[in-house]
Amino acid sequence: MNTFRLGGVHPEENKLSNQSAIEIFPLPKQAIVFISQHLGAPPVPVVNKGDKVKAGQLLAKAEAFICANTHSPYCGTITKIDVAVDISGYKRPAFYIDVDESDEWEEGIDRSKTLVSEITLDKNQIIERIKDRGIVGLGGAAFPTHIKYMLPEGKKADCLIINAVECEPYLTSDYRVMIEQAEEACVGIEIMKKALGVAIAKVGIEDNKPEAIKKMKEVASKYKGIEIVSLKTKYPQGAEKQLIYALTKREVPSGKLPVEVGCVVNNIGTAVAIYNAVQKNHPLIDNILTITGKSFPKPRNLQVRVGTMLKEVIEYCGGLPQDSGKIISGGTMMGKAISVIEAPTVKTTSSILIMSEKEATRKHETNCLRCGKCAGACPMGLEPVSLFNLAKTQQWEEAEKQYAMDCIECGCCLFTCPAGKPLLDMIRVAKSNVGAIRSARVIK
Amino acid sequence: MTLLTVSSSPHVQSRQTTQSVMWNVVIALLPAFAVGIYYFGMDALLLTLTTVAACVLFEWLIQRFILKGEMTITDGSAVITGILLAFNLPSNLPLWIAIIGALVAIGVGKMSFGGLGKNPFNPALVGRVFLFLSFPTFVAMSQWVSPKPLFEITDAITGPTPLSLIKQHQALPDIMNMFIGSKGGSFGEVSALAIIIGGLYLIYKKVISWHIPVAFLGSAAIFTAILWQIDPAIYVNPLYHLLAGGMMLGAVFMATDMVTSPITHKGQIIFGCGCGLLTILFRCFGTMPEGVSFAILIMNALVPLINKASKPKPFGHKTIKNK
Repeated sequence: MNTFRLGGVHPEENKLSNQSAIEIFPLPKQAIVFISQHLGAPPVPVVNKGDKVKAGQLLAKAEAFICANTHSPYCGTITKIDVAVDISGYKRPAFYIDVDESDEWEEGIDRSKTLVSEITLDKNQIIERIKDRGIVGLGGAAFPTHIKYMLPEGKKADCLIINAVECEPYLTSDYRVMIEQAEEACVGIEIMKKALGVAIAKVGIEDNKPEAIKKMKEVASKYKGIEIVSLKTKYPQGAEKQLIYALTKREVPSGKLPVEVGCVVNNIGTAVAIYNAVQKNHPLIDNILTITGKSFPKPRNLQVRVGTMLKEVIEYCGGLPQDSGKIISGGTMMGKAISVIEAPTVKTTSSILIMSEKEATRKHETNCLRCGKCAGACPMGLEPVSLFNLAKTQQWEEAEKQYAMDCIECGCCLFTCPAGKPLLDMIRVAKSNVGAIRSARVIK
Repeated sequence: MTLLTVSSSPHVQSRQTTQSVMWNVVIALLPAFAVGIYYFGMDALLLTLTTVAACVLFEWLIQRFILKGEMTITDGSAVITGILLAFNLPSNLPLWIAIIGALVAIGVGKMSFGGLGKNPFNPALVGRVFLFLSFPTFVAMSQWVSPKPLFEITDAITGPTPLSLIKQHQALPDIMNMFIGSKGGSFGEVSALAIIIGGLYLIYKKVISWHIPVAFLGSAAIFTAILWQIDPAIYVNPLYHLLAGGMMLGAVFMATDMVTSPITHKGQIIFGCGCGLLTILFRCFGTMPEGVSFAILIMNALVPLINKASKPKPFGHKTIKNK
């Protein structure tokens, strides 16, 4: 069984919504679309207050290198361009749109369900199209996708890796995409292979999703060089370096990118987004979102346009249960706790996970038992407890020597600690201090 | 209006807590406890109740009046220390001596370092070794109460333990009896079978891993097998060594104490082998018949060094040399 080399944990899977087919969420009346929804420089707005826009129309144009376009998810009027609050409570510039029910789309966008499997564009045209349609990595980091396909000088990739692991508990959006859009995903993978000039794509799926593996194998058999690999169900199987190791047995050197070992990694959701962009000229303006939780009345998967308020989505699905204690965007292991639900979705919003008060309460903290479970669980082979102690005593240089910067923040250490120590919390503090020290060195 | 929690990831944690770890150890000690009571009667029960009560009381007093920290007696660790201390003592020990042992175990062995998690040495062993050195006539190592079936109305008789028989080159009890528990010794360590059952439970519950017990017993077995091959007239069959004295109890319950053993599996194997080799060295070449307690305490002292030496190699640092 293919898996990663070190550590790992197995949290309760709780894939409550995996049998619910993707439903289309109705258009909201008003929407807020952040100008920048990716990692990198913000794009520059090309529309003004009062402008009428169509769905799919360009709202802000990427001008820097690491940057992505933002398109309008709606037909309507821009009422203002002002700051809005995101899920973490930060104020960021956004377009406020009054949504018009006519839902008129920009010309040249194919909204039909017909599968277009013939790839007519060449390598550069594909990359240009990915850039133009505002595609970002949907695994969570929101890194502009086209940059991954413009390899640095002297580097060569020989393997495309598709992350369809979905090792996070509760999340089922990638699973539903594989069940319902396997054809589109495979064409997307073919396009990515062409853009990268590689012959092989490996798709990693955890073995707790046998139906998805079956469906993907069935479809992939029609194509040459798409290999579906079943992986052991173990968290963090979907972490980039761990996934590359599980699929190719190559070890990405510390501090380097996957391309160092000839790999480029993208999420399965990104493959579908690329299919839509390249074959259908469809910009990235909606996402598949899992709304779930143990006491949530009906866990399900929705297709929601970017800019919809989370609160509206929650209310549409029956509202917050009485015992809600914490709302998370993303999975339970690496997701972000939401502090404001009057905030809009963005390109990478993959879930709204509602936890009960009981689940949201952390373990009682006791003295460290020196049991070593954190070291045993760390997929990067670090000693979290040592880093924790170094962070508490503010020994940043020593923390750097003990590889603090290699931490991928997967949370296995904090998950497994019987003494309930806030291990990862303190390691994050160490990382930000080591990072500051490192950049100070560069300036000198 | 209730406020929602906002905290950084991860948002779930495993079910295992300090309490669950400790109480699972208590559960795992029960089979050996039951066998001990079967063979050594009410004395054993009374001794255990005394040491457990004394350990919990001393921890409470120290926390309450000296450390003034959060009360920790419900975490179960004082109960474990109490049980393990009793297991390492002869069942006919005067109770006042047992109470002194509990004071040393908890006071010196554990609380003086700051409580659970901070002690470098296994507290129960600290208490036991203190009693052994201070009250040698009561806690002698060669003459122990012989087992007698429960509720039989005779006075306790003392007799040699298998280890002192080994030392004096006398006939040994049957291997099967030693495995099940019908042999002289301190009362918790007589039944290898019961201890192994407890150990398997702990491995199943992920409280301990197999590394320390296997390294401990394995290295001891290999070492004694070599000696046995050299001269079977002086050195006995390795099986006797594994089953005699505190070897099983030490390997499964004392050396595996997570607080006083190394962090990584690699370190745990080094630690286990050290315990096994030292035990046999003490048994075969030392003045005393038994060496488990001292072997574990010495290895406890080496844990910080072992931790330093067995630091894991991080992922992604393999290829750096090639540059």
